[in-house]
Amino acid sequence: MNCWQKGIILWISVLVLSVSAYGEKISREQIKGLDEQVQEIKSDVMGIASELKQLEEKLLYPSSTQVAVFVSLVSGETFRLDSVEVRLDGKPVAQHLYTFKELEALQKGGVQRIYTGNVRSGEHDLEVFMIGKSGGGTDFEKSERFRVNKDIGPRIVEISLASQSIVLNER
Amino acid sequence: MKRLFVLLTIFIFTASRGGAAPSAPEELKDLYFGEALYYALQGEWFDAIARLDTELMLHHGLDEPERDTLHYHINQAEFDVGDFELAYRMHQRAGRAITAVIEGNVEEPVRNEAIFRLARIYFQKDQPLNAWYAVERISGTVPPEIRDDLDFLRAQILMANGRYAEAEDILRGLQDAKGLEGFTSYNLGIALIKDGKEPEGRRHLDSTGQIKSNDAITLAIRDKANLALGSKLLEEKNYEGAKQVLDRVRLSGPFSNRALLGSGWAHAFQGDFERALVPWSTLVTREVTDASVQEAMLAVPYAYGKLNVNSRAAVLYGSALEHFGRELDKLDESIRSIREGHFLRALVREELKQDADWVVKLRKLPQTPETYYLLDLMASHDFQESLKNYLDLEHLRTRLETWERDLDAFEGIIGQRRAYYQPLLPDIDRQFRRLDSHMRLRLEQRDRIGQRLKAMLVVPRPDYLATADERIISEQIALLEGTLMSGGTAVPGEIGDRINRMRGVLHWNIYTEYDRRFTETYKHLLDLNREVEQLKKQYTAFVRTRQAATQSYEGYDDVIRRQRLLIRKSRENVDELMARQGHMLETMAVNELTARRERLTEFQIKARFATAESYDRAVRDQSEERADK
Repeated sequence: MNCWQKGIILWISVLVLSVSAYGEKISREQIKGLDEQVQEIKSDVMGIASELKQLEEKLLYPSSTQVAVFVSLVSGETFRLDSVEVRLDGKPVAQHLYTFKELEALQKGGVQRIYTGNVRSGEHDLEVFMIGKSGGGTDFEKSERFRVNKDIGPRIVEISLASQSIVLNER
Repeated sequence: MKRLFVLLTIFIFTASRGGAAPSAPEELKDLYFGEALYYALQGEWFDAIARLDTELMLHHGLDEPERDTLHYHINQAEFDVGDFELAYRMHQRAGRAITAVIEGNVEEPVRNEAIFRLARIYFQKDQPLNAWYAVERISGTVPPEIRDDLDFLRAQILMANGRYAEAEDILRGLQDAKGLEGFTSYNLGIALIKDGKEPEGRRHLDSTGQIKSNDAITLAIRDKANLALGSKLLEEKNYEGAKQVLDRVRLSGPFSNRALLGSGWAHAFQGDFERALVPWSTLVTREVTDASVQEAMLAVPYAYGKLNVNSRAAVLYGSALEHFGRELDKLDESIRSIREGHFLRALVREELKQDADWVVKLRKLPQTPETYYLLDLMASHDFQESLKNYLDLEHLRTRLETWERDLDAFEGIIGQRRAYYQPLLPDIDRQFRRLDSHMRLRLEQRDRIGQRLKAMLVVPRPDYLATADERIISEQIALLEGTLMSGGTAVPGEIGDRINRMRGVLHWNIYTEYDRRFTETYKHLLDLNREVEQLKKQYTAFVRTRQAATQSYEGYDDVIRRQRLLIRKSRENVDELMARQGHMLETMAVNELTARRERLTEFQIKARFATAESYDRAVRDQSEERADK
């Protein structure tokens, strides 16, 4: 029985989750120190991301020609959005198929920037086409046409989707 | 995988309740803020922080930030960026962001919520004293939605600081708190035991072990309470009590293997080996890499031996030996695979990231270690943090790589723009300057006419509105008159009369038509103004386009050079940190596998001796049987 009493001590020791003390040891300080350095590099890269984003906007989408199209869902909508297509002056400029995560993010109030591009000043034709499934499980398609005026500054357009309607919100 | 998930969740829950998921404001005024939320709601923390950070920076850089749409959400945005940073394990920055909110001019509930979050960061970063100093600063109104969480955190901080009695008081008040079922009573039980109130603590662990719930996490904490209490009772040789408590652990939960093993021992220590065989026999059919299963492989033949079924015991010891041999080979192979770098390479494989069962998939890849042996390690906080850091670093590495290519593309675009615009611009500028001088001249003329018409409203000047013909005729008359009088003689009477008549007609027309002419002139001026406005628009559009043409390729060189340097430096840092973090992960994994290997070797030795002993006994039994016959 004695050897098995040792066995039970071994069993109890298995209950404790710990980093084993074999070979090269890893200390808490080492883990913490490295973690802090990882945090620092994340911060540095975040800074680069922010500057690059601004550089990209300035270079590729100057404010005088920039147009950005955002997509949101009307609050409380439960229909399943499958895809959205945006056409600007008759040309398809953005198409998106939604994953479950993306749809959930939209349903919770997130807003997706579906398109950023450049257009001349003046009136433009914007067409939005969506495919989805209603709450009852029926497939549906819907499209809507809008006139969008582009002025000197960047033009921001919000397209608000519901199972019954596609609405352009002026910003 | 489910087991790993539950273990992880329990760990996080018992350590500290995680941050709340981001929520969008009821009425979203700023689309860019909504975009940051869109990424945060998908757990894309890097993009969420980068976007929100940029927005906040632009907002604070405005002369009149109150006119910016982000102004409506500024408090939430400041909070959210801290939360996102926390979720992205940037605790230092998150702490700074939240401290900024606390020190800002905010209302009491907002400030208190910020302190709560700061305290949670300290607690998560294993700084219980700082966490306590933080929660001590909370006073006045606390938002109702965080009240229970705050109290629970307070209790955990007190426990971490060894102030169990105070923690007990708080936890007692939280027994009915929604969303904390099981966790409060479990923690209360632990606090009481640590405070020396063993019987009461056990009662709470016992009641936690009997909670009724359908929630997977609550059920897991219930199992954990039963396992903890059962182990204590087993240590104290209260085998009957231990058996009862351990039998409450679900057969499918993350703690079931350990509970089955313990339950078997509880029977075995009472000498009831037949009953001990029931849980152990269930256990040996499970995943062979589990430590409890491996121990049960020895325990089952041991029980048969005790029941004098020596031949069966010998066969089972032999089978255990075979298994242990195979597992030892697997462990050696796994350690080698880790040392050769296959583990790290497999961890960052793209297809695994898309799969929730990635740990299970990982073991199926060629040359990767047996991840079942690493499940417990993978559920530990240190390994998880290190692994997440490693994956984050890999993510940063790929981003930096992409950005470097982006910069190449940007330079290409700039080069093309320069090549297109530069030769065109001098000629365009020349033409523009010519047009510009014409335009200025005409504008001056227009201004002069405008001023003159304005003056004529006060002092009428019909002569200003004479037509071109009238002016020519008037000049011709004057010329004729001058010619006639050139010799110093007077103009002959009849001719003089005719001249006067013509002058009179002219004068008559100019004066009688003055009002009509004035109105018409004014209308023409208005038409001209419209034309001038149009011209000015075109002028401005041209100037803007001209500027845009230059700006499309000028002024980027320094920025791009700087970015390139920053990216290169960051890449070097990321590579170095990845190597160090990777080495740490490998060491942790190798240590874990080595520990399991040594334990298995120990089992193998025991099994060898036991096999020999069992065979001897079986042979002796057979000899005795034959002798009896």
